[in-house]
Amino acid sequence: MTATAVIPGVGQTGGAAWPVPVPQMRTVAHLNEVTKRYGTVTALDRFSLELRAGEVVALLGPNGAGKTTAVRLLLGLIAPASGTARVLGRDPRDSDARTRIGAMLQISRVPEMLRVREHIDLFRSYYPQPLSAAEVVRLARLEGIEDKLFGKLSGGQKQRTLFALALCGNPDLLFLDEPTVGLDIESRRAMWEQIRALSAAGKTILLTTHYLEEADLLASRVMVINKGRMVCEGTPAKIRQRVSGKRIRCITRLDPAWLRTLPSVSQVEKDREAVVIQAEQAEPVVRELLNRDPELTGLEIASAGLEEAFLALTGEDKK
Amino acid sequence: MASNAIAIQPRVLGMGYYARIFAKEARYEFIRMLRTKAFSLSVIGMPVMFFLLFGVSNRSNGFGEYLVPSYSCMGVVSACLFGIGMAIALERAQGWLEVKQASPMPRILYLGAKVMGCAAFSIIIVGLLVLLGVTLGGVTVTPLQVLELSGVIVAGSVPFTAMALLVALLVPANSGPGIINLIYLPMSFASGFWMPVKYLPHWLLVIAPALPTYHLAQLALGTFGLAQPGGSMVRHWEILFGFTLLMLGAAWIIFTRMEAEA
Repeated sequence: MTATAVIPGVGQTGGAAWPVPVPQMRTVAHLNEVTKRYGTVTALDRFSLELRAGEVVALLGPNGAGKTTAVRLLLGLIAPASGTARVLGRDPRDSDARTRIGAMLQISRVPEMLRVREHIDLFRSYYPQPLSAAEVVRLARLEGIEDKLFGKLSGGQKQRTLFALALCGNPDLLFLDEPTVGLDIESRRAMWEQIRALSAAGKTILLTTHYLEEADLLASRVMVINKGRMVCEGTPAKIRQRVSGKRIRCITRLDPAWLRTLPSVSQVEKDREAVVIQAEQAEPVVRELLNRDPELTGLEIASAGLEEAFLALTGEDKK
Repeated sequence: MASNAIAIQPRVLGMGYYARIFAKEARYEFIRMLRTKAFSLSVIGMPVMFFLLFGVSNRSNGFGEYLVPSYSCMGVVSACLFGIGMAIALERAQGWLEVKQASPMPRILYLGAKVMGCAAFSIIIVGLLVLLGVTLGGVTVTPLQVLELSGVIVAGSVPFTAMALLVALLVPANSGPGIINLIYLPMSFASGFWMPVKYLPHWLLVIAPALPTYHLAQLALGTFGLAQPGGSMVRHWEILFGFTLLMLGAAWIIFTRMEAEA
């Protein structure tokens, strides 16, 4: 399946209009100016999103940013208060619009008294053109645990089983809502591999994450979202550029006003006895600091974390 | 947007496709219920155990004949409330329902599978009680009576499925079993599941006809010729039908309200 492939209808009755070759970068799903409120909380505020064939889009944002709400809207689990959601040209609220879609959601539990094999068998029956059970097991790396009851699985195995259920229908479009949350490093890496493999097979993927690293590794396009609004959008490189920079913390007698004049420094703050300096590049700043203040102590240099990134992107750091 | 958007071919999924989903869904629902010991042991075990206690020991006075239909009612009502009401409340709270809803499976099949599972359990309970009754309880029944009783019990699962839906929407999952027992146990007692209503305190006798379980019990007992004298079977069916509509209506209103808020 490549990005230029047809999204075939199943049980085609030889209609002349189908199949039509679909050129690359066509829209497979979109949210248009969608607003969604829960009580007084606005989860999404005139939020727009477009998914094009074959791309991996990461919705990146802190908890409560509206990522899951966006996924739920695209899956037709909820309806927008205003705006439109379309998936594969259909209203996602129609159950038969979901035959080419797979979804992995954040859920607390699955019926525990069914075996992995049985869950897969059941979900395969929901789709007109499912993958073979063996293929699903292979893709989700469930070999050897097919006969275990779901309740007896480890956290990582449960997550992989949910991933397997998302793949059962051989979907063209996959929604992965925080697929690696709660996984250990090894399982997380394995999940990334699997997502990459699916992308290489031409699937369109929307994944949500609050790990910058994950978005960077997997996505062809990143959308940063906070408080229901799009903060910025672009390739991972572009996003990284915007949130790059270092955080330098040290105890020094140097004057903060003077520190601010150093090259690439964007911000200087007092933090108890220390100062915290935000700078594009750490090396020239640190070199200068050590030259000017031989008694400088407690030097720490860290990459700007996601927290800083969001602050930087949303402009909330400018007090 | 429309000109360069990918669309799936509009097409009709055949009856065969839905029939296959339903068969799988119902089969796995039954397996799940059977393997969930807390459910299967209590729903099947309770009527069987109570029959062994009270039915077998009263074999000489014909009480066993009363208990076969009345405990069958107990079986179907508890299967519906716990197997449908409790199960849906739990699966909703855990998010599993959303995973199912995100698939192309129509909701009605999910519900239908649960109803089938409960119907299967009800039939098993009727079968076991009749078997115990005939072998140990001194009960004499004709095959036609057994068939009639099974029919009443399976049909009786409809109003209590409707009630279970309402329960699933209203009862919080973590306090579910307690709340359901609080509704179900007094109702089953006051409706004559445990003993004929004529032996109940007078004030309970007044309340009984207001309970759907009472009308189900009368219909079930009627197949063995043990219904309260003067009762009309048609009237009992009508009341259960009305109760079904009431429950479905209330569930529908609450469900659409929740959908709108969700």
